[in-house]
Amino acid sequence: MKLPIYMDNHATTPMDQRVLDAMLPFFTNEFGNAASRNHAFGWTAEEAVEKARKQIADLIGANSKEIVFTSGATESNNLAIKGVAEMYAERGNHIITAATEHKAVLDTTKKLEKEGYRITYLPVQQNGLVDLDMLREAITDKTILVSIMYANNEIGVIQPIAEIGKICKERGVLFHTDGTQAVGKVPVNVIADNVDLMSITGHKMYGPKGIGALYVRRKSPRVQLTAQMDGGGHERGMRSGTLNVPGIVGLGKACELCKQEMAEESRRMSYLRDKLKDRLLAELDETFINGTMESRLPNNLNISFAYVEGESLLMGINDVAVSSGSACTSATLEPSYVLKALGAGDDIAHSSIRFGLGRFNTEEEVDYVAQKVISVVKKLRELSPLYEMVKEGIDLSKVQWTAH
Amino acid sequence: MAYSDKVLDHYNHPRNVGSLDKASPQVGTGIVGAPECGDVMKLQVQVNEVTGVIEDAKFKTFGCGSAIASSSLATEWLKGKTVDEALHIKNTDIVNELSLPPVKIHCSVLAEDAIKAAISDYKAKQTTRPAMAEVAGKA
Repeated sequence: MKLPIYMDNHATTPMDQRVLDAMLPFFTNEFGNAASRNHAFGWTAEEAVEKARKQIADLIGANSKEIVFTSGATESNNLAIKGVAEMYAERGNHIITAATEHKAVLDTTKKLEKEGYRITYLPVQQNGLVDLDMLREAITDKTILVSIMYANNEIGVIQPIAEIGKICKERGVLFHTDGTQAVGKVPVNVIADNVDLMSITGHKMYGPKGIGALYVRRKSPRVQLTAQMDGGGHERGMRSGTLNVPGIVGLGKACELCKQEMAEESRRMSYLRDKLKDRLLAELDETFINGTMESRLPNNLNISFAYVEGESLLMGINDVAVSSGSACTSATLEPSYVLKALGAGDDIAHSSIRFGLGRFNTEEEVDYVAQKVISVVKKLRELSPLYEMVKEGIDLSKVQWTAH
Repeated sequence: MAYSDKVLDHYNHPRNVGSLDKASPQVGTGIVGAPECGDVMKLQVQVNEVTGVIEDAKFKTFGCGSAIASSSLATEWLKGKTVDEALHIKNTDIVNELSLPPVKIHCSVLAEDAIKAAISDYKAKQTTRPAMAEVAGKA
């Protein structure tokens, strides 16, 4: 077992060797520009790109023509939201999204707000799910887009996407979903899920960083976008710029592998995740799972150890790579807004740890991590004045704190 | 963000973890911070009533490694000082000793607050005591 152990697969994933092998020739011998239409270097590159397009489309139940390559899901989110907002401005200026979206969506909608668009940020329930009735009520005749992520990057909760898509279809509103964490992990189908636009990225599915795609529906309805990158009209005028052929080949291969291995891999992920969860809950009291377990990514565990602060816990498990919703671990000293949206107090955010298991984690690693976390939490609880007060029977919510 | 060796040392081998008897007239207790902020420090001092010297100090902290180190260091520094000398401990001394980066300076401020709160609690207990001694004497 190699240390340190990586269990932060929601942040990024190591590349699968098979993906790297597929990419390498396109850096060296087959280096052509896919837009060079007049020689074999270009034709080879173009062929590889089209093959990748098909691999990606197959994973999500789409047509090759509906895949637009970008630099990653952040760009895909920008393109989808701004692209629709600008293209359909005459139809309306209202967009609906959720409070737990990734910043790539939230910062984009904030920008649009400054330009005069109206944005509704739907709250989520304590289990992390959007309330469908609230969504229905929020839609107006000026609504042009709903953007709700497929699965959340912090708590792994999977939204009722097919139902959301159905509501949008009934009301004639376009539906975009940020599929970054879900694609490749759970079976996503843009037809069955009633999705019109979907963001995808390579580096969350054992592919390279710096490459992603946007699924743009062509039939019922045919979605149009105003390009955000101009210069040559690549990708059917939706995204200009020379294609990152090696990256695209990598993304395609990563998608192909996910399609082949998903059923078995998600079974194994669930097994490992549940083993970790069950051990932690069995040995530690005052420990809570954030978000519902019923509709959740198979590899995610977001868990709070009350009265123990997240950064100090990470320091104690220094040979394990995970992340925390604690303010102390963020660059801005803000606690996780996702956990806050669940209605959890800031103290729960400060005590939270996110485990993201992946293809290369083993059962031996899970056993080691469980043991390490249990011993560090116990040690930190001995240091914790809050744990001491609770054990003395003091109600912490009644205490007058001297916050500064 | 790498931690300084001293912070790691205090985290792995914290000094003076524990609790003193809150009810004792010789013990001053300071609790500062708030769970919502992610930082709560409890600092206690045991003071010799004759000499005014801090003979023992204990801490418990809910917070990041830097917060734990700051309060652990504080208990080390408090032992052997008089109550008034203790009030001269500045957060900047803690920052320098532990090489805290700018983003962790507030942890040292909280430790300084905890020291002052503990001393203040001890002093408050001393001002109510003479009156009680007089009453006891008369009884």
